[in-house]
Amino acid sequence: MFDLTIENSRVTCRPGETVLDALLRENIDIPYGCKAGVCQSCVVQSLDAKPPETAQGDLKDTLKSSGHFLACQCHPEQPMTLKLSKQAARFAECTVAANAPLNRNTQLLVIEIADAHRYKAGQFVNLQRGDGLTRSYSIANIPHASGTLEFHIRRLPGGRFSAWVHAELKVGDAIWASEPQGHCFYLPDRKDQGILLIGTGTGLAPLAGILADALAHGHSGPIRLFHGSREHEDLYHVEQMRALAERHPNFSYTACVSSGDAPAGIVQGRANEAALAAHPDLSRWRVFLCGHPDMVRTTQKQAYLKGARLADIYCDAFVVSADPAPQS
Amino acid sequence: MSNSLYERIGGEAAVNAAVDLFYRKVLSDHRINRFFDSTDMDAQIAKQKAFFTYAFGGPNNYTGKDMRSAHERLVKMGMNGSHFDAVMEHLGGTLHELKVPEDLIAEAASIALGARSDVLGL
Repeated sequence: MFDLTIENSRVTCRPGETVLDALLRENIDIPYGCKAGVCQSCVVQSLDAKPPETAQGDLKDTLKSSGHFLACQCHPEQPMTLKLSKQAARFAECTVAANAPLNRNTQLLVIEIADAHRYKAGQFVNLQRGDGLTRSYSIANIPHASGTLEFHIRRLPGGRFSAWVHAELKVGDAIWASEPQGHCFYLPDRKDQGILLIGTGTGLAPLAGILADALAHGHSGPIRLFHGSREHEDLYHVEQMRALAERHPNFSYTACVSSGDAPAGIVQGRANEAALAAHPDLSRWRVFLCGHPDMVRTTQKQAYLKGARLADIYCDAFVVSADPAPQS
Repeated sequence: MSNSLYERIGGEAAVNAAVDLFYRKVLSDHRINRFFDSTDMDAQIAKQKAFFTYAFGGPNNYTGKDMRSAHERLVKMGMNGSHFDAVMEHLGGTLHELKVPEDLIAEAASIALGARSDVLGL
C-alpha cells in the first residue's frame, strides 16, 4: 500500500489497485477512457517518484522523461506526489529583461526566471499579466544557460495580450509565468538522427530553441530548418540562422515566403511544401512542426506517410485566442 | 495454460509497431483512405491502437453494440464488405511484415473477422 498525494489530499493505493482505481474510489475527478493503456486519457504526472516503466506504455519519450504515466496502468511501487492535467498551473513572478522588435509585428520578449533549469527550449508556458489575462507562448532559448525565457510575440489583430506586450510592457516590469508544458523539445539521444524543423510565423520560436539545444548537445546528424511566412517582411532571425548555418556544417536553413516575389536567397513557396519536397524519405528522421494548425496537421500526416515514425513527429499547433494551446 | 494471443504476439509493443505500419498502409490505399482521413491524426492513431489491441485479444471493454455505434457514421458514408476486406488485407500484410508467425496472424484475423457484422451494421 502506497500513499498518493495530490495537492492537499492523500489517497492510499491498495494492493492490486491501479492509481486510477484509487483516485476514482475517492471520487477524485480524473478523465479516463479505455482503462487498458490505449486511449491515454488518464495521463498524470509524478512530481517525485519515477513511475514504473510498464505504466508509461508508449507515451512520447519527452513525456516519459518528465514523469508522465498512465494512471490506469500504474501499480505504484512507492509513494508518489501526483499532478493531474487539469490541476491549475502555478505562476511564478518574473521580471522583464528585454522587449525589442524582431520585425514589423513581432517582439522578442526576455524575462528573468528562477528555476530556469526546469524549463526546456521548445516547451511552452502560460504568461500572465497582473490582471489575470493569460496567453501561451513557446520558449525560444535554452533557459538554464542564461536564467531567462525568450518568447517571440506576434501582434494579432484584436489581441489584447500581444497589444499590451507591444505597446506597454517595459524592461523591469513584472509578468507571471506558469510551469513549463508540452512535449515538443529535444532529447539528446540518437544524436546521429536527422532532424527536420518546419515552422510558420512565430513557430520559429520553439524551433529556434530546439535547434539551439540540439547544437549545444553536439547533435551530429543533419538538422534542417524551414521557416516560412506570407510576406518577406514577416520573416525574422534570417541573419542569425544564416550565421549558425555557416558555423555548423550539419545545419542548413531555408527561409520561404508564400506570397509575392521572394528576394534573392529566399525560396518562393510554403515552408512545409519545400521541406517535404526536399525529403522524399523521412523514415529515420525526427520531425518538429510548429505554427499554423492547418500546416501542422497536414504536414504531420505527410511526414508520417513519408515514413517518419509516429513517435518521432512532434507537433505544436498554435491556436489563437483564449485556447490553452500556445500562440508562439 | 497457454498465454493469451496478446501476450504471445508481444503485447503493447507489438500493437505500437503494427499501428505504425498499418495506418500508413491504410492512408495510402485509395479504396479506403477516406474512411480514415481526419484532421486529428492523434485521435485516429488511438483508434488504430484500440483496433489492434482488440484483434490481438488484448484488454478491452468493447461490446458488439460499441462496435456498431462506433462505425455507424462510416456505414452511412458507404462503407461495405469490400472495404472491410481491404482492412483485413492490410492487417495481414502488416503482421507479415513484422514477421509474426502464421498461426498467430490467423488467430488475430479470426478475431477481427468476428466483428464483421457489428462493424458493417449487418
